[in-house]
Parts: sequence; structure tokens; C-alpha cells
Amino acid sequence: MSETATARRAALDAGAPMVELRGISRRFEKKLDFAGRIAQRLGAPVREETVHAVDNVDLTIRKGEVVGLVGESGCGKSTLGRMVAGILPPSDGTILRDGIDVLSLSAAEAREINLRTQMIFQDPYASLNPRMRVADIVGEAPLVHGLVTRAGYDAYVDEQMRRAGLDPAFKRRYPHQFSGGQRQRIGIARALAVKPDFIVCDEAVAALDVSIQAQILNLFMRLRTELDLTYLFISHDLGVVEHLSDRVVIMYLGRVVEEAPAETVFARPNHPYTQSLLASVPRIESRKRAFSVVKGEIPSPLNPPSGCHFHPRCPHAMERCKLEKPVLKEVAPGQRSACHLNDAA
Amino acid sequence: MAAPTLEVRNLRTHFFTRAGVVKAVDDVSFTVERGKVLGLVGESGSGKSVTGFSIIGLVDPPGRVVGGQILFQGRDLARISEEEMRDLRGNRIAMIFQDPMMTLNPVLRVDTQMIETVLAHKKVSAEEARQRARDTLGMVGIPSPDERLKSYPHQFSGGMRQRVAIAIALLHEPDLIIADEPTTALDVTIQGQILAEVQKLAATTGTSLIWITHDLSVVAGLADDIAVMYAGRIVEKGDVSAVLDAPLHPYTSGLIGSVPSRNKRGEPLRQIPGMTPSLLNLPPGCAFRSRCPRAAEACLAEPEIRELLPGRQVRCFHPLSETSEQAA
Ligand SMILES: Nc1ncnc2c1ncn2[C@@H]1O[C@H](COP(=O)(O)OP(=O)(O)OP(=O)(O)O)[C@@H](O)[C@H]1O
Ligand SMILES: Nc1ncnc2c1ncn2[C@@H]1O[C@H](COP(=O)(O)OP(=O)(O)OP(=O)(O)O)[C@@H](O)[C@H]1O
Ligand code: SF4
Ligand code: SF4
Ligand SMILES: [Mg+2]
Ligand SMILES: [Mg+2]
Repeated sequence: MSETATARRAALDAGAPMVELRGISRRFEKKLDFAGRIAQRLGAPVREETVHAVDNVDLTIRKGEVVGLVGESGCGKSTLGRMVAGILPPSDGTILRDGIDVLSLSAAEAREINLRTQMIFQDPYASLNPRMRVADIVGEAPLVHGLVTRAGYDAYVDEQMRRAGLDPAFKRRYPHQFSGGQRQRIGIARALAVKPDFIVCDEAVAALDVSIQAQILNLFMRLRTELDLTYLFISHDLGVVEHLSDRVVIMYLGRVVEEAPAETVFARPNHPYTQSLLASVPRIESRKRAFSVVKGEIPSPLNPPSGCHFHPRCPHAMERCKLEKPVLKEVAPGQRSACHLNDAA
Repeated sequence: MAAPTLEVRNLRTHFFTRAGVVKAVDDVSFTVERGKVLGLVGESGSGKSVTGFSIIGLVDPPGRVVGGQILFQGRDLARISEEEMRDLRGNRIAMIFQDPMMTLNPVLRVDTQMIETVLAHKKVSAEEARQRARDTLGMVGIPSPDERLKSYPHQFSGGMRQRVAIAIALLHEPDLIIADEPTTALDVTIQGQILAEVQKLAATTGTSLIWITHDLSVVAGLADDIAVMYAGRIVEKGDVSAVLDAPLHPYTSGLIGSVPSRNKRGEPLRQIPGMTPSLLNLPPGCAFRSRCPRAAEACLAEPEIRELLPGRQVRCFHPLSETSEQAA
């Protein structure tokens, strides 16, 4: 056993989290468009802009947990998810997998870790090769990585398909011959075929009809117990996140603003943004009521407001909120929030 | 009571494709009273948009309205000339789409588009038209409309663009607005803002609304009445509270049951098995048969929609009773 493998075993035995992010940031340079480049060449004061897609985030995901990640479009959910899944390097910060800094892993170990972390996307169609048969989509990676032999291949593919709720009789079909819900099942079968222990779902049910969404969510929950999986579940749908998460993380413009057990977030949200978000969600229980309204637009991540990013929309904003960035700190057991109001009391 | 704004009777819109006839809308009837909001719900492909397009006469070949009446203030829209329809469209009847760029012209400034729309149906001065544009932008919650009027659509956020599209629909104070999933692509705080504005408008202007969506929760808060579509037909309709509190059709019940918030946290969601059938060559009988927990021999025949309780209509041989077996 290599040195790191030994260290990892020790870390896992000591209950190291599945994933831990320490001060993770990701910036993107927004390239100038053609007009911008011309203008720049002519001496106009235009510069490439930097998007702080994810800004100094700490996050811990324990083994066996389902962590829900919510927030409005552009707040950095997918960027964070891709870094957690190891397919996008952070600009700053440290990612620990099983308690070990992923940068310290050997190439072989990194490959193994990458295999054990799988990502499932919103649009399964875009991530499925249209010219491959379902059997190959599901079976290719396990074969390449030696998880299955040629002899066991057919039986293995059948088992993966059945587990995701697909009839193996259809394994010679192509992706376009399936419905949206079935394509999502293909994506799930493909992800699970390489025996991951950690799944990042990015809006995995967003494109599905309610009745099909319920089927897929049930599948995710069943697989969680059957295979002892850990999930980071990214969704803009608070109802979905409430239903299946143990813990919920709320982001706004690149920062985590609140983090708490699911019951707590929905029963006693602390952060004014969380409160606004919850109040805006239409509920099937509501009847002809006035929709509650959060003022203002979501600011551009290219030019976020100073201090607390939420201050232009916050009903409680104070002078301090414009100047000083609130830090995320514990406000109740297991509940962390980044709001200056918590200092006032 | 005043005559309803819209009365759709036995509407049938079919697509004559090479693979066969797609009965996208089949025997659809509903009424929208003045100042009321009808929520038209159903899953993807159930015929919601085609119903909306049929009303405003925008069904393109190979599709065609093949039967029924569309009585708008007593006039049958299925039988008027293209010219008469054009005159009504954008004037007395307006449509809002999921993608606001279906309404907006990307190469024209917002003020140009709005003023042209006003002038298309009204003989007023350009200055009066501009004033009208400014007022409607204010009505949909756009701050500093003067400045906004000088912008191009791409300079707005998605939510703002949708507001402009709604403002354009409102320019002539139409009697009927057909809104096809206009907030589906928007963030929840922005959706909340728009729904609040729309609710206020419906209450104050007397405009009738058909709000098309797959989201039962939006309809719950917004609509007076609800019509649930499945495979081209309305399977249940009635007062929103009555239907959502005690659905009579097994499909409505299943749909409500699969909404996560209607289930205990962490428990498996109630789910409808199977998937929606293809509308191409639907087998005879009830289209929900293969997924229905109450299906029986009788369901091999086609159920007619009937009034089961006062104001409650359902298309089913074995509806849920008022008291038993409701989705919790
Ligand atoms: N490859 C990239 N290049 C430049 N900017 C990017 C890139 N990826 C993301 N961004 C920017 O980073 C910010 C966060 O994007 P991200 O996709 O993570 O948001 P999100 O929360 O997943 O949004 P959505 O709900 O719309 O999926 C956005 O402003 C986005 O435009
Ligand atoms: N141009 C067309 N040619 C053939 N079939 C069509 C055409 N347009 C629509 N249809 C069919 O009509 C049916 C109803 O479509 P419609 O767009 O009304 O559904 P919808 O309820 O609005 O769904 P969604 O929620 O996905 O918008 C679908 O089965 C669709 O395939
Ligand atoms: S820090 Fe200030 S602006 Fe930010 S959420 Fe708290 S009160 Fe509102
Ligand atoms: S008619 Fe029969 S199959 Fe159709 S919904 Fe009613 S019980 Fe179910
Ligand atoms: Mg995303
Ligand atoms: Mg539609």
C-alpha cells in the first residue's frame, strides 16, 4: 500500500468527510467580444472582466449525507459542483477527498478518485453520445477501467440497466429512441456502472415532468440506501431539495450565505436571502394569495454589490452591510449564516 | 352575470403528419369569465400550447383546427377571416410566451417596438403612444421606464425582458391574455415579482387570463379555475381550491401526489407509473388507462367529460369520491 493510501485509510477510519472544501474560489476571465477587442485596440478603456463565480467557500460533505445546494441562476452552483466532482480546478483553496488533499495524490490515485465521483446533469441527452448504443454507453467505462471482464460484460450491463429502472431488452437502442425520463435513467446507469461512492447531481430532474421527476427522485433515494451513496444535490427547486436533503447550503452570487440541516432551513431560516427565497416559492397549498415579493433584480456577478452582496435587495440592510462582508458563522447548533443582523443582538 | 370573455366548445386541433394524425387537442371545452384567471395545466405534450395557439389563430400546417367553436365575446374565432383575427390579436387578445424574444424584436429599441404596437391599433399621436408605453412599463414594475425605453432587448435581464413582453401584451388593455409558461425559465424571486404584478393587473383591469403551466403550485396561488389536460383532452376542471383539495380524476390526484411538498420528507414520493402515451395513433379508450390504478374493463371505452358535482367536471368512469382515497 502506498503512503497516501495508508494515510487515506487512516483518515477514513477516523471519520474523515467524503469531501471537504477549504477556502475554495473560482474566477473566470470574461473574454472581450469582437467589438470589445476593436474598441480596446482603438484605445478605449475596456478590459477583460473577472467573474467571481465561487468566492471563498468552505463546505464539508460527510459520508452518507445528501447535501442540497440551492440558489438562483448564476450564483455558482454548477461551478462549485464541478470543482467538488474534480472536473474543474479551483483558482484558490484546497479540496480534500477522504481527508486527503487531492493535489497530493498520484496520477493513479487521482484517476481512481475521479471514477468514484460521478456527475449527473440536467440534460442527459447532451451528455449521451447519440451514435452509441445504450449497452456501450453504460458498459464502456467499466470495461476500460477493468471493473468488468469481457465475459461478464453482458450480465453487468443488464444489471446496471435494471437497477436504474431500464429494461435490458432495449440495450441495443440509441439514446434518441428513449423518452426524457428514460434518458435520465441511462445517465444514472452509466454513472453508477463505475461504482462511485459520491454523486454530484446538477439539476438532474429539472427538465422532467412532475410525474417522471417523482420516479427519478425515488430512484435516487432508493440507490442511496442500496449502494450507500453520498450526494451533492444541486437544484433551484426548493421543494425537491427540501424533500431529499439532510443538509442544505444556500448560495448567493458566489458565496454561501447559509447552511443548516434541512428541517432548520425550512422551519427557521436565518439569512434574509433564505427567507426571501422561501417566501417567493409558489406552494401548492397556497390559494389566491398575494405573492410575496423580493425587490430588485439579481445583480450581475461581474459587478457584485459591495459588502453583503444581498444589501440592495435586503429589507433589513444597514449602513454596515454596504461596507463590510459578513462572515459565515454559527447562529444555532449546526446552522451557519452570513448576516450582520446576527451581531446586533 | 356578464357574458364570459371566452367560451371554447369541443375544440379539436389535429396535426396531419406523415406518420399519422396527431390529435394534439381533442374535444376541449372551457369558459373564462371576465377578470378571472384560468390555470391550464398538464405535462409536456399534453396540448396546452396548441390550445393557446388555436385560440389566437396561430396554428401552422400541418396543424389545423378541425372542429369546435372558440367564442370570444360571442364571436366564433374559428370562423372569422385572417384579417379580422389580425385585428383582434395584440389588441383585444394578447399572448405571452415562455421566451420573451417571441414577442420582442432584437434589432429594435424597446420604445420603437412599443410605440409601433400602440399605433398599429390606435389612432393617437406618437407622444401619446410613448406615454402609453411608459405607463405600461410602470405597471409591470419596471423602474425608470424612460431610460429603459431607449434600450435594446439584449440589454435587459431575462426577467426584465419578460416584463417588457408582458407590458407589450398590456398596451391595448386586452380583454384576454393567454400566457404560455411565461415564468418557467425565470428565477424564483423574479417569478414571484411577476406573478404578483399579474395578479394585481387581473384584479384591477378586468382582463381575463389563461395561464398555461406545468406547475400546479403557480396555479394554486394565481388562478380561480383550473383545467387539467392529459393527452390532448381536459380530464378535470373546476374551482382551483376544490380541485386541488379533492381531485376527482386519478391523473389529477397522481399529479398532486407527486409534488414533493405533498409527501413526507425523505419518504418515497407517490409516483404515477409509466409515461405519457404518444399522441400518434392513441389506442381507443381512456388515454390514462395504462397508468391508472383504478382502470377496469369499462375504461376500454372512451370516457366523456361530465359534471359530477356542481361546477366539477371529470372525464373518468371511476372517479375518486369526495370522501375516500384522496391524495393526502
Ligand atoms: N466557463 C466559464 N467561463 C466564464 N464564465 C463562467 C464559466 N462558467 C461559469 N461562468 C460564470 O460563473 C457564474 C456562475 O455560473 P454557474 O454556472 O456556476 O451558476 P449556476 O448557479 O449553476 O447557475 P444556473 O442555475 O443558471 O445553472 C456565472 O456568472 C457564469 O456566467
Ligand atoms: N407542428 C407539429 N407537428 C406535429 N405535432 C405537433 C406539432 N406541434 C405540436 N405537436 C404535437 O402536439 C402535442 C401537443 O403539443 P403542445 O405543444 O401543445 O404541448 P404542451 O402541453 O404545450 O407541452 P409543453 O409543456 O412541453 O410545452 C404534442 O404531442 C406535440 O408533439
Ligand atoms: S448582512 Fe445586511 S444586507 Fe446582508 S442579509 Fe444581513 S442585514 Fe441584509
Ligand atoms: S376512465 Fe378508467 S382508466 Fe381512465 S382515469 Fe378513469 S378509472 Fe382510470
Ligand atoms: Mg448550473
Ligand atoms: Mg407548451
